[in-house]
Amino acid sequence: MFQIRIHGRGGQGVVTAAEMLSVAAFLEGRYAQAFPSFGSERTGAPVVAFCRLDDKEIRLREPIMQPDALIIQDPTLLHQVDVLAGLRHPEGCILINTQRTFEEIGLGEFVQDLHPRNLVTLPATELSFKHVGRAVPNVPLMGGFAAICGLISIDSVVAAIQEKFRGKVAEGNIAAAREAYDIVKADLKEAGYA
Amino acid sequence: MRKQCEGSQAVAEAVALCRPEVICAYPISPQTHIVEGLGELVKSGDLAKCEFLNVESEFAAMSVAIGASAAGARTYTATASQGLLFMTEAVYNASGLGLPIVMTIANRAIGAPINIWNDHSDSMSQRDCGWIQVFAETNQEALDLHIQAFKLAEELSLPVMVCMDGFILTHAYERVDIPSQEQVDAFLPPYVPRQSLDPDDPVSIGAMVGPEAFAEVRYLAHAKQLQALDWIPRIAAEFGQMFGRDAGGLVRGYRLEDAQTIVIALGSVLGTIKDTVDELREAGLKVGVLGITSFRPFPLAAIRQAVQGARRLVVLEKSLAVGIGGIVATDVRMAIDGLPIKVNTVIAGLGGRAITKASLHRVLRQAMDEQLEPVHFLDLDLGIVNRVLERERAQRRTGPIPEQILRQVGAVASRIA
Amino acid sequence: MDAQIKFYQTGTFTVGNRLLAPEQRSVQADMERTNSLNSGHRACQGCGEALGARYAIDAAMRASDSQLIAANATGCLEVFSTPYPETSWQIPWIHSLFGNTAAVATGIAAAMRVKGRKSVRVIAQGGDGGTTDIGLGCLSGMFERNDDVLYVCYDNQGYMNTGVQRSSATPPAARTATTMAVGKEPGNPFGQGKDLPRIAMAHGIPYVATATVADLRDLERKVTKAMAMHGARYIHIFVPCPLGWGAQAQDTIKLARLAKETGIFPVYEAEHGEITQVSKIRHRVPVEEYLQPQRRYAHLFGKPPLVATIAKIQELADCNIRRYGLLEAEGS
Repeated sequence: MFQIRIHGRGGQGVVTAAEMLSVAAFLEGRYAQAFPSFGSERTGAPVVAFCRLDDKEIRLREPIMQPDALIIQDPTLLHQVDVLAGLRHPEGCILINTQRTFEEIGLGEFVQDLHPRNLVTLPATELSFKHVGRAVPNVPLMGGFAAICGLISIDSVVAAIQEKFRGKVAEGNIAAAREAYDIVKADLKEAGYA
Repeated sequence: MRKQCEGSQAVAEAVALCRPEVICAYPISPQTHIVEGLGELVKSGDLAKCEFLNVESEFAAMSVAIGASAAGARTYTATASQGLLFMTEAVYNASGLGLPIVMTIANRAIGAPINIWNDHSDSMSQRDCGWIQVFAETNQEALDLHIQAFKLAEELSLPVMVCMDGFILTHAYERVDIPSQEQVDAFLPPYVPRQSLDPDDPVSIGAMVGPEAFAEVRYLAHAKQLQALDWIPRIAAEFGQMFGRDAGGLVRGYRLEDAQTIVIALGSVLGTIKDTVDELREAGLKVGVLGITSFRPFPLAAIRQAVQGARRLVVLEKSLAVGIGGIVATDVRMAIDGLPIKVNTVIAGLGGRAITKASLHRVLRQAMDEQLEPVHFLDLDLGIVNRVLERERAQRRTGPIPEQILRQVGAVASRIA
Repeated sequence: MDAQIKFYQTGTFTVGNRLLAPEQRSVQADMERTNSLNSGHRACQGCGEALGARYAIDAAMRASDSQLIAANATGCLEVFSTPYPETSWQIPWIHSLFGNTAAVATGIAAAMRVKGRKSVRVIAQGGDGGTTDIGLGCLSGMFERNDDVLYVCYDNQGYMNTGVQRSSATPPAARTATTMAVGKEPGNPFGQGKDLPRIAMAHGIPYVATATVADLRDLERKVTKAMAMHGARYIHIFVPCPLGWGAQAQDTIKLARLAKETGIFPVYEAEHGEITQVSKIRHRVPVEEYLQPQRRYAHLFGKPPLVATIAKIQELADCNIRRYGLLEAEGS
């Protein structure tokens, strides 16, 4: 079982991200479970969503306390919520929506024993503005996720986007996801982790 | 057809396949997505020959359902928590009149204090009203139980409550297999009422019944629920043959064969319990699980049969009978009356508190080591409780209790679970 | 018949029915009438509600070609018409609860619609308690959705079935078991109460009317007219209760007439919130004539009489006369 925990703020599509990841996994024939932390969501308030992937039926229903991957849609949460709690070491993956590096955002020490190929920063908000015209970093981050962890293909992510959105919105999101995927792939290649 | 979707959406599609004729509901978290889904299907024309009414309260919802069902229409509604309480008078009226209404309960805690998260206090509050109550373990079972519910209700002329954990099931995305219209039509024929309001054959429904006959009328309601003990497995078997899936029934056992300790529970927590039990089994402990699907009628014989070889039962329930203890556990004790089996009540998940594998491991081992008190509250912070009691002893004007507790609990928004 | 015959109606047994052409006669004069509320029910002698219900439902049955389903609130009518194991209803009838009658009727109407039974009509009925108080939520919902239901309220101005307690339809100064004739302001206080017909009008529904059991033809006409329409309709019928009001059983119809002739109970029709017809007062009468025969107002006529209170009641009647144009000379 692979467990993904997504952190963000209300209005950034955290819950939708978890749901779309589960749909992408489903399209590849896997079992997936996605659910939010069921808070009284308000725009801007911290939100957590969970996604489990497995090759057999998922029965577990507890919140994900020891994630294999973390997707952090809003770096301002780093100093407000213990978003990194429970992340598995040393295999854990982290994707953060930021233009800065892990060191620059103060996580240098935390990620010391994590493998560099599993650590990704992505300017997801900028990508979403470019392709969709709004700050919806969730979809580019999904594209980035497809590029690491080796769990979901970018084509499944695209298919999940097409199931959720229509027309121009779908097109824009797909473009954002693909560009994010390409960026991460290029970064990994450059760093020698192709 | 297999799809990955929200539990609420799956239920809405299943209900639509049952060709309901009147849907009347009032919004309340966490049932909203079910009714919204159905509303959209009716408005778009995808669900034809169906009247969808936006009513002004839950009391109105059940009342409109009563009128529609009494006039011979297949009728559906959904609610939770406060809404169920608000319609309670009508809930009793529906079962008393023998109307085969199907209602989803998206299980949610009852206030005060107001709480929108999952536990079973709402449906438990109505366990004596005469409605059949079934509990879904997964979203697949939730949608399957609705299809079975219409058949059961109309066969017995008794209303059925399909209970599914609010948020945990309703708002979770998981894989479901949605049947085809042909399959459902073959399984569920059109509704033929035993009684109905019809100018061609007038009857008076709802007259007063005095001491001379009330007991017999009530006994008949009880007798019909006992008949359901036969009908529920029968319908589940028929469902299995038609749809190729095990859903419904009275109880469902897991690794019971040589179990010395059996955990009993209702609803979605069974999933987490099964994962825990697998791990305990790997450690050599003889533990099994019994899920109760039909809570009313309470399957006394089936439970007794399933657990008679065990030494200990741990009833894990999301409900609390204030002033006494467990609710499910009390019913279970009746089932095993006379057998040399110990029963532990574990009250967990109240108001949506997560039930974790770690806590289950701890409490089950404690039970097996005879270290668990008869009624145990899982993950309760007794320190907080005692500080409140202390404060109440010290002063008169202590302010609202939730405020006192929340001050100790601190900021919640920054928490993960 | 060329000339139109006008009769002053003094009671259901006279009226000159024999002199009218058959089509001008009342439903009640018809030997083939449904008798929807058949004899044998357990109402008190002189019960205004039993009379009103018989008039209204028989008229509705004729208007709908006997294709009618009735939902009934808890209350006197429900209790005295269905004493276990008997029923005096000759029509399909359901009693659910006290406060949900309008909603139950909505459900029946929805069922008939979905089943394509367009000719089957739905009527909901209840007393003032079940309508203006506990039933108001469901009633308002039915109005707001414009559900195809005719709601008939039999207003005897109190919770009679449970022992004559005050409702929001109880008039000022009236004695009830919960507004006793003691203290500084004996009886029900002034400045309270709900005017259900006006609340109904405020919902903008297709048809609202008030009527009394003193004018059979007017009541039948209004029910018939309502039945020719679709959507939410409301008829409010004034029905004296001899027991609850402390009046003589034989005075039921007289008191209903006096309520109209004093101006205390205005009789009118409205469509979509606008008044369309008003029944004028024929011989205006001071309120004392109406109040005195009722022991629920006995404290107003003691030693000394509560002249000021009676004057306040008169003022309310005068206000109605002005507002609705109840006198021939005034209004258009």
